[in-house]
Amino acid sequence: MTLHLDARVPSGPIEQKWSKAKFELRLVNPANKRKYKVIVVGSGLAGGAAAATLAELGYDVACFCFQDTPRRAHSIAAQGGINAAKNYQNDGDSIHRLFYDTVKGGDFRAREANVHRLAEVSVDIIDQCAAMGVPFAREYGGTLANRSFGGAQVSRTFYARGQTGQQLLLGVYSALTRQIGFGKVKMFSRSEMLDVVIENGRAVGIVTRDLITGAIESHAAHAVILATGGYSNVFYLSTNAKGCNVTATYRAYKRGAGFANPCFTQIHPTCIPVSGDFQSKLTLMSESLRNDGRVWVPKTTTDVTKHPDKISDEDRDYYLERKYPSFGNLSPRDIASRAAKEQCDDGRGIGPGGRGVYLDFRDAIKRNGEAQVREKYGNLFDMYERITGENPYRLPMRIYPAVHYTMGGLWVDYNLQTTIPGLFCLGEANFSDHGANRLGASALMQGLADGYFIVSYAIGHYLAGLSSSPGAKDLASPTGSAFTTVETEVKGRLDRLMSIPGKHSVDSFHKELGQILWEGCGMARSKQSLQDALKKIPEVRERFWRDATVLGGRDSFNQSLEKAGRVADYFEFAELMCKDALVREESCGGHFRTEHQVDGEAKRDDDKFCHAAVWEYAGDTSDAIRHVEPLVFENVKLATRSYK
Amino acid sequence: MSERMLSLTLHVWRQPDARSTGKLVTYKLKDVSTHASFLEMLDILNEQLIEQAEEPVAFDHDCREGICGTCSLMINGRAHGGQKATTTCQLHMRLFNDGDEIWIEPWRASAFPVIKDLCVDRTAFDRVISAGGYISSNCGSAPDANDLLVPKASADLAMDAAACIGCGACVAACPNGSAMLFVAAKLAHLHHLPQGQPERLYRTQAMVTAMDAAGFGNCSNHYECEAACPKDISRDVIAMLNRDYAKSAFCYREPSTKGEGSG
Repeated sequence: MTLHLDARVPSGPIEQKWSKAKFELRLVNPANKRKYKVIVVGSGLAGGAAAATLAELGYDVACFCFQDTPRRAHSIAAQGGINAAKNYQNDGDSIHRLFYDTVKGGDFRAREANVHRLAEVSVDIIDQCAAMGVPFAREYGGTLANRSFGGAQVSRTFYARGQTGQQLLLGVYSALTRQIGFGKVKMFSRSEMLDVVIENGRAVGIVTRDLITGAIESHAAHAVILATGGYSNVFYLSTNAKGCNVTATYRAYKRGAGFANPCFTQIHPTCIPVSGDFQSKLTLMSESLRNDGRVWVPKTTTDVTKHPDKISDEDRDYYLERKYPSFGNLSPRDIASRAAKEQCDDGRGIGPGGRGVYLDFRDAIKRNGEAQVREKYGNLFDMYERITGENPYRLPMRIYPAVHYTMGGLWVDYNLQTTIPGLFCLGEANFSDHGANRLGASALMQGLADGYFIVSYAIGHYLAGLSSSPGAKDLASPTGSAFTTVETEVKGRLDRLMSIPGKHSVDSFHKELGQILWEGCGMARSKQSLQDALKKIPEVRERFWRDATVLGGRDSFNQSLEKAGRVADYFEFAELMCKDALVREESCGGHFRTEHQVDGEAKRDDDKFCHAAVWEYAGDTSDAIRHVEPLVFENVKLATRSYK
Repeated sequence: MSERMLSLTLHVWRQPDARSTGKLVTYKLKDVSTHASFLEMLDILNEQLIEQAEEPVAFDHDCREGICGTCSLMINGRAHGGQKATTTCQLHMRLFNDGDEIWIEPWRASAFPVIKDLCVDRTAFDRVISAGGYISSNCGSAPDANDLLVPKASADLAMDAAACIGCGACVAACPNGSAMLFVAAKLAHLHHLPQGQPERLYRTQAMVTAMDAAGFGNCSNHYECEAACPKDISRDVIAMLNRDYAKSAFCYREPSTKGEGSG
């Protein structure tokens, strides 16, 4: 079997591609929609919006999430905002500029046509969310307020205090629960997808585990949508929620879906530093803080232990303002993160272990007063104080980069379909829009674009093409052999996990894996570090399968078993990530290969790597086959990114 | 802040499943850093239990940054531990002293049955929201966002109420197991905004009816909910609910078609 990588991008000028696609994609008659069953896995911005929207259109929808209610999906944790090319500020924004900024911010490793469509629908997202009652920040006149974010010189970010993700998700959740109330969506909470079922080359359903009873269940549908988020937790420590996992997309990969650019991970520059080995997660401080906070370290290594108030301005190095005068503290995430690491590697880091830099609000407080700073960032400051025990109105925050988002994901064509017909992938779980680096406030935009405005066209097109007479005859039987075979495999895997004969916790192995990845495939990677990681991962994986233990039962509520299944997949997936990073002999965006740099900046190799790398499963992880989708830049000229 | 190490005695509620009876089990824990969060302290306990081949304590948690609303716990009888405006996951061990005894129990409310140990079933909240906690606006039908002006003060009040994370602390803290603060917060969020006005009376009726049907108790103005709320939601929202509910009892008329607006 070989992957068929046809991106199905419509022809014509970029501004007209989406309009053309909307006309050319087939439609399903309104009366026939209810005859089609669609499964949506994940209830975040992408999945929840897709489930609600498809149900509004009339499809028969089933939605699954592992959380106890769809309102808890990790989209909720996004703080800063959502971009849209509204140009309400009259500061020179446009759809083309948002498109341009996103392609450039992604270091020319995203598909132009998808990004342009994202910029086009961004404006509709804000309208829809406002109509649904999302309490966006307002100006005194009642119009919507905006703020700036990294990687942009216009003010296009809409926000709801420091809880934008929460408010957008609650909007999605309200639309979803409305359809649940109408009986149009059947919701399966505390239910985890453990495999996808393929019959005659098409995705026909999923196998799940009911997390309360432990029951393994088969669900058939005409199409399956995965909106299961990213895989940052492969690093153990990340800003993601503890439950975030790669299982759904990795299982799809093992069933034949191509996995694109797994090595493209984003390190967020402003997180609270690690405080001890008991640490279970890292907490992000919104990038919006960089609008008013100034990032600095002491100029000399001897000052690092001094109280910050005792270090005068001339002894401080505001290194982002120094290195990138035009973007300054608002440089893109990958650049700001690496710059922080450089300062710390140089011995000028502050706080425990010298792994921290200051984010200082002294000047903003002096300029605008504490009250205004509190109004803008109050909840973030409170959160910082609760976690660290330090008051950021008096002392500068200590921050350090942490794994935050994954740009890689299942390969999808222009219609968000994976290489498996009938299997679609939305939001962070796919690879398409952010290239090698995502700009701030663009994740919420992509999740909602995919879920509200794009996938409904794609699903209609696919279903209309299934057969001339819609409905039951295309629906696979959940008791057929395709499902029973997968069910047997799923149960076998769970039994194997339950019978690991060791005595150590699953977490202890996950931590070890995370450490290996952070060193080998983290903020900076080299041939040597990646080869080391590729050697160590199978060793630890082998020990995991020998020395771990999963207590409790298979057929009951068992959080250890849930964790073990996810970590087992991470052990395989981690190898794929390192392999992808090893082959990509260039630096781009978040993928920084130390061998490929000019004056500390990423050096791309467009001759050899201007493509998405798409991995095909071929038995063992080490045998995965690399395919490429060449990326063509017709509208944004390939150029070295400069934020100086 | 400097780090201290704590030795603790924990009394943890253990209950194998919904049908079994549970009991408090005592565990000793040593060398817990004051920098650890409360849930990290429970992680340390679970590591210790696993090494002794004892089944770890089940507890709900996810984002661990105070926003997803998954974590719960009655800690020494207080929902989320009693630190003002703080979820359990944001509670840190620096608030405890060496030698402390800590009692850890699940939410106690008949509408939130225990699933296992410290995990409870809060799907009753979803049922209340699906009865009316939304603005009926199908995707694609929205006017330009700036066509509808929202006074800043209204947007701010809506946001104050919308900050609810649906954790259930208000119910757990209430002597009657009432969900009034939760339901009223959702109503206040939508009713402070012009977008929420067309369905205001219907929504109030529908959600209050669903709240009663889900088995939540009545509000008798103890305001324990407000004290326990990790998002500082004011009891003022309850007054707003009561006013709207009284009004809707007189003024609300059923729409002529059931399911109107469902598209």
